[in-house]
Amino acid sequence: MRFNPNRRAALLAGGISLALATIAAPAMAQNKYGPGASDTEIKIGQTMPYSGPASAYGTIGKAEQAYFKMINDQGGINGRKINLISLDDGYSPPKAVEQVRRLVEQDEVLALFQTLGTPSNSAIQKYVNAKKVPHLLLATGATKWADPKNYPWTLGFNLSYEAEGAIYAKYLLKSKPNARIAILYQNDDYGKDVLKGVKEGLGAAGAKMIVAEATYEVSDPTVDSQILTLQGSGADTFIDITTPKFAAQAIRKAFDSGWKPLHIVNNVGASVGSVLVPAGLDKAVGLLTLSYYKDQNDPQWKDDPAMLEWRAFMGRYYRDGDPKDGSNLYAYLAAQTMVQILKQCGNDLTRENVMKQAANIKNLKLPLLLPGMALNTTPTDFFLVKQGQLGKFNGTQWQLFGEVLSTGN
Amino acid sequence: MAALNDPPPKLARPALSRGQLWGLALLFAAACVLPFLVSNYRVFQFTLALVYAIALLGLNMLTGYNGQISLGHGAFYAIGAYTAAILMDKFGVPYWLTVPVAGAVCLVAGFLFGLPALRLDGLYLALATFALGVAMPQLLKYKGVEQWTGGVQGITILKPDPPEWMAISQDRWLYFVVLLHVVVLFVIGWNLLRGRIGRAMVAIRDQPVAAQAMGVNTAMVKSLTFGVSAMYTGIAGALGAIVIQFVAPDSFTIFLSITLVVGIVIGGLASISGAIYGAIFIQFIPNIADQISKAAPWAIYGVFLIVFMVVMPTGVAGFVRIARGRLQRWSGR
Repeated sequence: MRFNPNRRAALLAGGISLALATIAAPAMAQNKYGPGASDTEIKIGQTMPYSGPASAYGTIGKAEQAYFKMINDQGGINGRKINLISLDDGYSPPKAVEQVRRLVEQDEVLALFQTLGTPSNSAIQKYVNAKKVPHLLLATGATKWADPKNYPWTLGFNLSYEAEGAIYAKYLLKSKPNARIAILYQNDDYGKDVLKGVKEGLGAAGAKMIVAEATYEVSDPTVDSQILTLQGSGADTFIDITTPKFAAQAIRKAFDSGWKPLHIVNNVGASVGSVLVPAGLDKAVGLLTLSYYKDQNDPQWKDDPAMLEWRAFMGRYYRDGDPKDGSNLYAYLAAQTMVQILKQCGNDLTRENVMKQAANIKNLKLPLLLPGMALNTTPTDFFLVKQGQLGKFNGTQWQLFGEVLSTGN
Repeated sequence: MAALNDPPPKLARPALSRGQLWGLALLFAAACVLPFLVSNYRVFQFTLALVYAIALLGLNMLTGYNGQISLGHGAFYAIGAYTAAILMDKFGVPYWLTVPVAGAVCLVAGFLFGLPALRLDGLYLALATFALGVAMPQLLKYKGVEQWTGGVQGITILKPDPPEWMAISQDRWLYFVVLLHVVVLFVIGWNLLRGRIGRAMVAIRDQPVAAQAMGVNTAMVKSLTFGVSAMYTGIAGALGAIVIQFVAPDSFTIFLSITLVVGIVIGGLASISGAIYGAIFIQFIPNIADQISKAAPWAIYGVFLIVFMVVMPTGVAGFVRIARGRLQRWSGR
């Protein structure tokens, strides 16, 4: 990261005011509570697809409840226990609206946390902003969750799809400025978001580096013909914006057809177990991808202290969960971030302050993030995760290389 | 079949007995008072139940009265919802005007779908409509219509405000808007079903050959029933979209169609009041199931379904009818 004197000053000022606040707090001892908060409890809510087409993600909600149970067993946050009310929305937007209204109007939660899915969150975004309920750390990668001007109460969690695309573009501009790029993307909001990021990252001058684009529908049986078309364009670099099934097909076809470009596969389709093994590990050697947190299936983190801590948590508090499923690690990171926000709130647990603290996360280095990465937000920048690191597949694991890359300045 | 057990219809029988009229008046009064007794969130839930009641009445005309099984009525619900959302979002049409338009669009769509469906009977028709229901979410994502439908992102619509002279919350206002539609549509449905057309519908269901011999235009009645049924469901879809303030392809999966079928069977086939009982079931039972078990809410839901079917094989409406009959006999003694 480049040195930024303003940021340092801000940090210093923040640090001083924080220190002052800690000194002043016991003297004032004035506890301020919004809905859902009291001397003993902080009530937050979420909707999760425990049933329906996306129920595989339901484990995120269960892991988060387990994490808060661990925090509560350790004494809670400033003596207050976290009570996460997690309701099933079946990945159906109307159901999500109903359940969120229940959380806000009947259960009166202080904030919403990790509501999952782009359609469900789209359905509730206007409502929660009208009600001024903090809508925090959404479990979706869409770029629209960082729009503080129009939706000041919504702040997402994931590295946005657009940011990921922009990072690939910046990497190519720097390391392969004469690349002739071919792009394959899934024809929906996710694919288009990544594509938009790539194009914006390349800029007007770099736009002519793209020599071919192809799309596929989720319902397509294969992407073989798209790969052959892209190969025919004479491209030497391939940005592969696909979900697991299609990523595996693309990797195999790009290798078998003799194309063998510099192949960048997006993070969604970069799982060793569900993509690279079916594609053939030998065919995946040399692939690039971007990640921002440690992969529990990657042998290099086997004895990492943070990974051991996470495994201990899984063994003790969430024994039903699959320790091979990355969603459980993701949930742990999200829950840690939420705890940080609540800690920052101190004894002022109003909705306004929760939102203010969520928009003032400073250099939060969670140990399960890749080394050198930190989470940051400001009142005008709601992109929580802005960094990632490239990895190259060496036949058995993703080998991280280069420095931590970021989207912005 | 129920029709065989019914007493033969007398000519010019009174529309409603005095007692039934009083009962309905009481019910209406209760429905008007209800939103002022509960929180906005509950009002919202009851509003949704009323919306489902309209959709169920529509499906019941087709399946209960006319014997045509539809596993794809969620598609008409979706068409109604999208018609309302697009009119409001892209053309600035006031919300109350979008509802009849959505109904008209679905009337035509249902009638047109009903024409080829004439060749199909029973399970074959069920499969054809199932195909419609399965296809609908993907059709809504189609690139060519994306500028209207918003693709996978869907459309967010603004919640209508009550008129200025009325000092009630938006949720209560919407409840009354939907209640008005319920009353009007149920009165129309009741008139339709107890008259000549209703008898023709039932006759086609029970004895198609005899009905034709009696001079009933089977093809016309069946297609029209399909159209009117789709219209009711489409109106429900439009009202549902306004209440939820959001439409997206994922809102109208095949599960919605199945839920509607569950609603009419639980409520009572070929029964007008059954639509209300069914609506209450499909709105509230999943929530209760979710509260009982997070791990397997649908298993609990399944248990509820089985219990209802075993205890009330003719639906809640049938159960109520039998109970009332026993009560009258007992009190008459």
